[in-house]
Amino acid sequence: MTRLDGVPSTEDQNEDADAADRLLRSTGAPVPGQRQVPFPLQFWRSAIGKKWAMAVSGIVLLTYVLAHMIGNLKVFLGKNEINTYAAWLRTLGEPALPRTVLLWGLRTGLTAAFVIHIVAAVQLTRMNRRARPERYQSKRDYASANYASRTMRWTGIIVALFVIFHLADLTWGVANPHFVRGDPYDNLFYSFQRVPVAIFYIIANIALAFHIFHGAWSMFQSLGVNNPRYNRWKRYFATGFAGLIMVGNVSMPLLITTGVVSR
Amino acid sequence: MKITLTVWRQSGPNARGGFETHHVDDVSPDMSFLELFDILNEALIADGKEPIAFDHDCREGICGSCSMMINGRAHGPERGTATCQLHMRKFQDGAHITVEPWRAAAFPIIKDLCVDRTAFDRIIEAGGYISAPTGSAPDGNLILVPKAVSDTAMDAAACIGCGACVAACPNGAAQLFTAAKVQHLNLLPQGQPERWERVVNMVTEMERWFGSCTLHGECEVACPKDISIDFIALMNRDFIKAQFKQRRLTGQHA
Repeated sequence: MTRLDGVPSTEDQNEDADAADRLLRSTGAPVPGQRQVPFPLQFWRSAIGKKWAMAVSGIVLLTYVLAHMIGNLKVFLGKNEINTYAAWLRTLGEPALPRTVLLWGLRTGLTAAFVIHIVAAVQLTRMNRRARPERYQSKRDYASANYASRTMRWTGIIVALFVIFHLADLTWGVANPHFVRGDPYDNLFYSFQRVPVAIFYIIANIALAFHIFHGAWSMFQSLGVNNPRYNRWKRYFATGFAGLIMVGNVSMPLLITTGVVSR
Repeated sequence: MKITLTVWRQSGPNARGGFETHHVDDVSPDMSFLELFDILNEALIADGKEPIAFDHDCREGICGSCSMMINGRAHGPERGTATCQLHMRKFQDGAHITVEPWRAAAFPIIKDLCVDRTAFDRIIEAGGYISAPTGSAPDGNLILVPKAVSDTAMDAAACIGCGACVAACPNGAAQLFTAAKVQHLNLLPQGQPERWERVVNMVTEMERWFGSCTLHGECEVACPKDISIDFIALMNRDFIKAQFKQRRLTGQHA
């Protein structure tokens, strides 16, 4: 269209206005996609695929957290109970498998679940940052996002750091001066005599409970499990699971450090 | 009513923007939020100033043009309404209201409160349709659809594409829009032939522009059509199924 002389255009109002034309995106065929890759990688490339991987690895981690808590609560039954349980873990799978083979298999699977969960979380977070490079300049008023959902990244980081310390404290023994291999009962009591350590255990497990409160609910959505008949049970499940883990795991440092339970 | 309005002004896509405060007197409680902008703009024009650019069209909540972040909420504090359906009686006399445009990488600001929502068109182009030869109208009830299914498909089809879901999402994700547009077709018999292709193509296109879902549920609250995040789960389910499905057997049951 030719411009008639004397007719005001948006250009006359301000020089930047016509830059809007340059925003128009190319029409026609979609931009050529990325190179075709084998099926599992193709799935992983999509954000929904990563969320699916996070949900599946999350289920593995939830199962582990529950089993770990049940096993550790044997500390309240006495030295013999928990040390026998710890020794049993090493003979798990015998006689079909040699000693500790199944345990190492479980450890490998658990590590893989951790790595997948964290890598997916980091990549998705970066994707989300790119999706809103300029933040809102006025205050946001959140209506539905709760404390747990908005702190997932922070609770995740706290739990990840805690896991490293926890391994150094009670598995490798480098963070525990009284560490004796094969005697988890005494190791635990020595560890919790240090008040800062006990506080760290309590904080980390509360963070874990918040993480589970949102994660154990949203994993159903990520997996596409949705039915009005049982949707509300997803919330009950996540709340119950988070509460159970928090009560069980916090009880150990709390009761042992305060001396309610003694050797 | 007297209203103090702090509005985002930006002269063009690449210009630097900033807030500008105006006092509007003689606001009727029966005015819609857009009419507040109309009288403010008339005053600005009378003063020889540049009026505030904002998108609007039908002003009855069905076109999806209006798009304002009002006091930190997409379309303002009311649930299930677009900005044009928000009335001034919902605010206190003397209220201070802050208005900002949608913010997302895929929604660049054109001017003031107007953003370019072309990215949504790209998602629709990727599969938000059915391919069917159209001729004379088919007989009614030729394809039977269960009542529950048609109701759910209609709930999804209520989406007006305003972009409030993206604006409200802390991650700048367009899952609710895409889920609604995928599912209103994928739920119906007419959408079945292209079901798996559609969900993969639309999701792939969506992820080129927008963030990913962390299920805060902000989109559901912001949506002027009250579209449920359950549709996001249904879209995820179809996308995951599409990865594992033997597509040559699509025509078969189960």
